[in-house]
Amino acid sequence: MNAIPLTHVLMVSTALFFIGVYGFFTRRNLITMLMSIELILNSVNINFVAFNKYLYPEQMEGLFFSLFTIAIAAAEAAVAIAIIINLYRTHSSIDVEDADELKL
Amino acid sequence: MSSSVLILLLPFISFVVSGIWGRKYLKNFSGILGTVCMLVSFILAASVAYNYFFVTGRVGGQYLGTIPFEMNWLRFTNELSINIGILIDPISVMMLLVVTFISLMVHVYSLGYMKGEERYATYYSFLSLFTFSMLGLVVATNIFQTYVFWELVGVSSFLLIGFYFQKASAVAASKKAFIVTRFADLGFLAGILVLSYYSGSLDFKEIIARYTDPANPHLQAIATASFGGVSALSWALTLIFIGGAGKSAMFPLHIWLPDAMEGPTPVSALIHAATMVVAGVYLVARLFPVYAISCPAALHVVAIVGVISAAFAALIACTQTDIKRVLAYSTMSQIGFMMFALGVSKYGGEEGLGYMASMFHLFTHAVFKALLFLCAGTIIHHVHSNELKDMGGLRKSMPLTHITFLLACLAIAGIPPFAGFFSKEEILSAAFQHDPVIYWAAIATAALTSFYMFRLFFMTFYYDGEKKAEAHGHDDHSAGHSSIAMTGVQVVLAIGAVVAGFVPFGQFVSSDGFALPTHIDISFSVLPVSLSIGGILLAMFFFYKKSDKAIRISEGLGSVFVTLKHKFYIDEIYAFVTKKIIFNLIAAPAAWIDKNIVDGMMNTFAKATEVFSFSLSGWQSGKVQSYAAWFLAGVLSLVLISLYLLQLL
Amino acid sequence: MNLGLLLLVPLLTAAAIAFSKGKNMPRVIALGGAFVQLLLCVVLLFAYRTAHQVAPAQGMYFETSYPWFASLGINYHTGVDGISIAMMLLTACVVLAGILVSWNMEKQVKEFFFLLTILSGGAYGFFMALDLFLLFFFLEVAVIPKYLLIGIWGSGKKEYSANKLALMLMGGSALVLVGMLGLYYHSATPADGFSLTNLGKQQIPLDVQLFFFPFLFVGFGIFTALFPFHTWVPDGHSSAPTAASMFLAGISMKLGGYGCLRVAAFLMPEAAHFYSGYIVALAAIAILYGAFATMMQTDLKYMNAYSSVSHCGFVLLGIGMLTPSAISGAVIQMVSHGLMTALFFAAIGMIYERTHTRTIKELGGLLKIMPFISTVFFIAGLCSLGLPGFSGFVAEMTVFVGSWQRPEEMYRVATIVACMSIVVTAVYILRATGMSLMGTIKNKAYEELKDATWNEKVAAVVLIGAILVIGITPFYLTHLIDPGTNQIMENINRYISLN
Repeated sequence: MNAIPLTHVLMVSTALFFIGVYGFFTRRNLITMLMSIELILNSVNINFVAFNKYLYPEQMEGLFFSLFTIAIAAAEAAVAIAIIINLYRTHSSIDVEDADELKL
Repeated sequence: MSSSVLILLLPFISFVVSGIWGRKYLKNFSGILGTVCMLVSFILAASVAYNYFFVTGRVGGQYLGTIPFEMNWLRFTNELSINIGILIDPISVMMLLVVTFISLMVHVYSLGYMKGEERYATYYSFLSLFTFSMLGLVVATNIFQTYVFWELVGVSSFLLIGFYFQKASAVAASKKAFIVTRFADLGFLAGILVLSYYSGSLDFKEIIARYTDPANPHLQAIATASFGGVSALSWALTLIFIGGAGKSAMFPLHIWLPDAMEGPTPVSALIHAATMVVAGVYLVARLFPVYAISCPAALHVVAIVGVISAAFAALIACTQTDIKRVLAYSTMSQIGFMMFALGVSKYGGEEGLGYMASMFHLFTHAVFKALLFLCAGTIIHHVHSNELKDMGGLRKSMPLTHITFLLACLAIAGIPPFAGFFSKEEILSAAFQHDPVIYWAAIATAALTSFYMFRLFFMTFYYDGEKKAEAHGHDDHSAGHSSIAMTGVQVVLAIGAVVAGFVPFGQFVSSDGFALPTHIDISFSVLPVSLSIGGILLAMFFFYKKSDKAIRISEGLGSVFVTLKHKFYIDEIYAFVTKKIIFNLIAAPAAWIDKNIVDGMMNTFAKATEVFSFSLSGWQSGKVQSYAAWFLAGVLSLVLISLYLLQLL
Repeated sequence: MNLGLLLLVPLLTAAAIAFSKGKNMPRVIALGGAFVQLLLCVVLLFAYRTAHQVAPAQGMYFETSYPWFASLGINYHTGVDGISIAMMLLTACVVLAGILVSWNMEKQVKEFFFLLTILSGGAYGFFMALDLFLLFFFLEVAVIPKYLLIGIWGSGKKEYSANKLALMLMGGSALVLVGMLGLYYHSATPADGFSLTNLGKQQIPLDVQLFFFPFLFVGFGIFTALFPFHTWVPDGHSSAPTAASMFLAGISMKLGGYGCLRVAAFLMPEAAHFYSGYIVALAAIAILYGAFATMMQTDLKYMNAYSSVSHCGFVLLGIGMLTPSAISGAVIQMVSHGLMTALFFAAIGMIYERTHTRTIKELGGLLKIMPFISTVFFIAGLCSLGLPGFSGFVAEMTVFVGSWQRPEEMYRVATIVACMSIVVTAVYILRATGMSLMGTIKNKAYEELKDATWNEKVAAVVLIGAILVIGITPFYLTHLIDPGTNQIMENINRYISLN
């Protein structure tokens, strides 16, 4: 049952996190950036679940936190996509470089 | 009490009524109103004078001052306050009489002279304002009250000089008059401050009492305090005299007076001949005990300035061609006589002759100089010009003015038995007793006086044919002929110019209040009178008939004549100082510094802030990804630092 | 009498204006409100006189105090003495005149009168506040609407001026706030550390005073054109609409003078004495240098703004001298200058409205075309150059005589320098009147212009009346303010003895 050690799971989540970070930094497309954020969030979710399972198997807080995160991620995606759609309507582009109007 | 307050109040009422409602509703009534108010004022002043001189004033052979009315107007400290009151003493009563009388005459004269003028009501309201202010000045009980009314006469003079406000020269003249006298007033104010700091009082009575008693601590304080090696008392009195010199057009603050002739002629008669310009003399006379007893040095300054002004103005008067300017310079010269008469006088008894003579001359001069100006007004009215070249031969068309002008000229020239003779004799004998240099300068000036006055007289009434005058006289029938009001006033004043000298002046006015017997010493009078007659004859020789004698002489004098004609270039010097130095070297740099350095500093400050914040704003790229990268870098470095600090690495 | 009324009336008026409609209603409401304010101030004056007779030794009258932020020791604490009442009467007169002068305002009428009314409320609050925090609050209330008034209704380079004015005044407020907090944290009773009356009773440690006095004095000084922080004055005044210029010069600049006196000098007398030489020197510079700078101005509003710098110098000079009559002279000068400069700006506004120019050289002969307006202008000028019979004379002479009571040489020199300004003032006033009112009419189109309308006449008469009352019967004003100045002097003399 405990054949897979915690470190392996953490490796996966770390890899996922940095894939997400890499995507967030390099992609100019807002949708892709949003997806990268989802990856980062999911890596956190994996961490939560893994720590819960390996360190405090008798408690449920980790699972609850990941559920919250999933819910918030969904809400965030909805808001973000709404913003992106609006941005597309006004700028005809969802390139992040074009959305710099708050700058002085 | 009530009557003396009314003397002041009536002109004030006339000023307010004509000033506010005159222009719209009381256009023609204002003249009558002003005149009636003045008449009542004059009658009241005469009754006050009668009461004071003959009934109540003399106590134990001495005239003392009384204060029938006084109120606290503005309190500065426990000791210093401006009291507004009425001081009745010999000189103030004499001045009350002179001011109300001359003002009445001018009010009546103006009924004819200013008739049909568009701003008739305004004119009368200004005239009343002036009279009110002048009366307030002469009855002042408090040196600050003098200053208050001093400023008010200054502004009414300004308003009246600039009465024809559409004439650029009138505007410039009014400005000049105000600013020059204001500059002198600065001295007066500083003098008051110095004087009052040590005296602990602003009341004349207290100031004189404290500063004439050698044992008084106030006097000792001010006499020992010194600044620049001169005692504070000398400073104070000299500064106050500067104020007086400005108002009385003493050299070198006289430059405003000739220009002030831009005002209507009756105004010149009232303000710039008879009353306001003698305010400086009056001021020195008011503080005379302090000058004479405690600070003869300051009094010496008065004498020197007076005699210089007298001679200086007389010289210039010989070359001027504008009838009113000649009269203006003669006014300046005569005031110089009054000033040095005060300057050579001492306090008390026979020694105080100069004081009495000065006041006496002030009195007679007011009458004959007002007459001269009013005659000049009638002439100007007739020929529509101020220039002597447009006059000449007027004796036929203006017989009455001819006679009255002649009487006035005889009076000012000091020919017996006319008014000027008596007062001038007193002045000369006072000067003779105390200072031979001043005496000889005065004698020479007196001779010059009769020369330039008769030059004026002959050039106006003889000299040339009647042609020009005729041509002018028919321009305008209604204005060309003088009205009854004008001629009547001239006759009254001419009578005054003849009889004023017979007033036993020394009985009433003297430096210490005791009667001073006056006597005319024939042997002493021979020299000045014969010199005066010589001046008349010389003027007659040059100007009785048209000839080129005078021109030849003036050409012979060359640059001397040109210098005189240009009034010693004093105006040019002033223009240089004000325009070149004050405007270009002080005011313009001040404005420039303010705009470029002081404000520039603020703008630089603002600019620096802007540049700084702009450079900071570059950090805020608006690029989410770069933010995130920085954020990550920050987090990572924080993690590393904490790991290092926790010594886990 | 409840002082809250004087805050309530502007507030209610402003609310009513906000809900009013059309062009006529806002201005009628504003005028009504201003009239009620003036009435209340007069009632207050008489109530004060009675109260003062009953209890002459009481420092402040009609005090009320409610806790506001009790945990920080901030209270809504108000009260008045003669000085505040004089300043409130000044405010009421200027407000009334300002509203009358802007009667024919065309653009955004409602907002304009709304802001004016708010400003007046702020000024009343400032003059009655006895709690430093409250005072600061009202100081801000009286500044911020200025920014909008200039920015929206102004003329010329209005954005620049509005920014400059707001930033410099805000900078002043910031300094004031630092000074107040310094007092608060160093007061002996921190629970009551914002109370003016309470702080006045204790002796602030000398080092604290020396450190924080400059903050408070310079902060308030910026409001009253302390050299070299006066440059907002010319730009601000000349860009502002007429009524805003009147408020700015007539009231706002007085907030600073009042603050310097009531807060800085009153609470920190030793520091005031220590710094008095600097204050006097700066004031004397401002007086003479301001006057010279005025001489070179070509725009009437700039001229009057610079002359305000010069005249406000007298306020600071009087305060810096720290003698009773110099201080009461400073107060009289505040009232006098407020009235006079408001009158001046009103007259300039009337001329500008008709001729559409303020350049002195382009005007000329106005006395013939519009005698009433010209006379008003002339009277303002005469008051400015300190002619007896007008309030300026009383104020300046009181300052001069008061200043001369300081015998040290440096103070004497400063006094003489200040005296010299009477000549320079005469030069620029006569130059301006001579060129614009007198002389020949330079522009034929001006001959058609009409003289003042009823509202302008009433405005001018109100202000001239007040100037004349002070000028002819100064004893009323000095009786009113003397108890206040004496109280301040007592506080100053309690800790330091001048000689």
